[in-house]
Amino acid sequence: MSVRHALLALLSEGPKYGFQLRQEFEEGTGDVWPLNVGQVYSTLQRLEHSGHIESDDSAEEGPQKVFRLTEEGKAELHRWLSSPTDMASPPRDELVIKVLSALRVPGVDVNDLIQLHRRYLVELMQQWTHLKDDEAEFDLAFALVVDAELSRLDSVIRWLDQAEGRLKRAEVEPAGVSTVPPLRRRLVPRR
Amino acid sequence: MSFLELRNVSKSYGAGSTLVNALVDASLSVDRGHLVAVMGPSGSGKSSLLTIAGSLEEPTSGEVLIEGKSLASMSYNDKARLRRRAIGYVFQDFNLLAGLTALENVSLPLELDDVSARKARTLAMAALENIGIADRAGHFPDELSGGERQRVAIARAVAGERHLLLADEPSGALDSANGEAVMKMIRAACKQGVAAVVVTHDAHLASWADRVLFLKDGRIVDQTVPPPSAESLLAPTPTL
Repeated sequence: MSVRHALLALLSEGPKYGFQLRQEFEEGTGDVWPLNVGQVYSTLQRLEHSGHIESDDSAEEGPQKVFRLTEEGKAELHRWLSSPTDMASPPRDELVIKVLSALRVPGVDVNDLIQLHRRYLVELMQQWTHLKDDEAEFDLAFALVVDAELSRLDSVIRWLDQAEGRLKRAEVEPAGVSTVPPLRRRLVPRR
Repeated sequence: MSFLELRNVSKSYGAGSTLVNALVDASLSVDRGHLVAVMGPSGSGKSSLLTIAGSLEEPTSGEVLIEGKSLASMSYNDKARLRRRAIGYVFQDFNLLAGLTALENVSLPLELDDVSARKARTLAMAALENIGIADRAGHFPDELSGGERQRVAIARAVAGERHLLLADEPSGALDSANGEAVMKMIRAACKQGVAAVVVTHDAHLASWADRVLFLKDGRIVDQTVPPPSAESLLAPTPTL
């Protein structure tokens, strides 16, 4: 998550205080990603240092300091918004590694491991979905965050379903399928 | 007392080398006001579970109770009456009668159950109003969008005094916004005292339920525990 760019976006609306930026960031993301004060000020310091924002030099450090976007900051914000977020490199996903590891460990039933995670993920989805029941609390920013989270969890469940099906087929037709298929090719996506 | 209860229900089709065990020793109970989802891949026995729960099929062994009454002890006519009066079905492809308006689709099952035509129309209109589609009452199914058709199907399933709603992939043919609307309606029906069972392969749908059962090769292998408060989502993510 780019807190840096989210802060630039908030400052594109006009000069703001540090505490105000923290509050608006949290509200604007449906209070799903709380930020601590230190994180906000260290990010603001870095942005100031890189020339993306500036502050009123006469004010003392602290909550009364006003920050504003510079031309460089504006350009950086537009560059960020107009370029695709890097999703080309597969993240080193702990669940995928866990399933692959389970295939190697004697006495571990990978199907149990898959079901354990499926249940856990559905329980998480239930919690997010139940938030949708309370329309009054459900503003647009929060709705977008909840949808994103539900889609992410759902995609993991879909992968578990696929993995289970693939493992079942591999059991039925073992010819040519080793228990642990070697990852011969490195997964380097083309850009 | 549970409104719907399945006790050790098994269902097999065929015999000998063609024997298929669609359901194996499945137990399930649903109280009024609760939404239970049954999740599983194609061929896991979901539809068999639903048709047996709705008395559309007999189990090979085990028992189905509705309001504490065993279906096995009921006559054919009693079961038919129970299906008309107490159970509503929602299917993926809506199953509305093309030659009837939305209102007539909802009122027909009530009229078949000897409710007077006038009262049936009043009850049907109330059900359509409840799910916000009363303005489409006079339209035929082919004049309605997919989302509207499914709303009519839900109104038909809950109109009158029906307290058990059984749904098979109810939002399967709809886009995500309409799918969400359908699940909200089913939840709203539950809040008014309906017991509902939704079978689906889709986690998005299942996540609307109070409890999710996982079906695999005809067996209920697992279920969710009641979700804690959503506040816990904002705490640091637990690691498995």
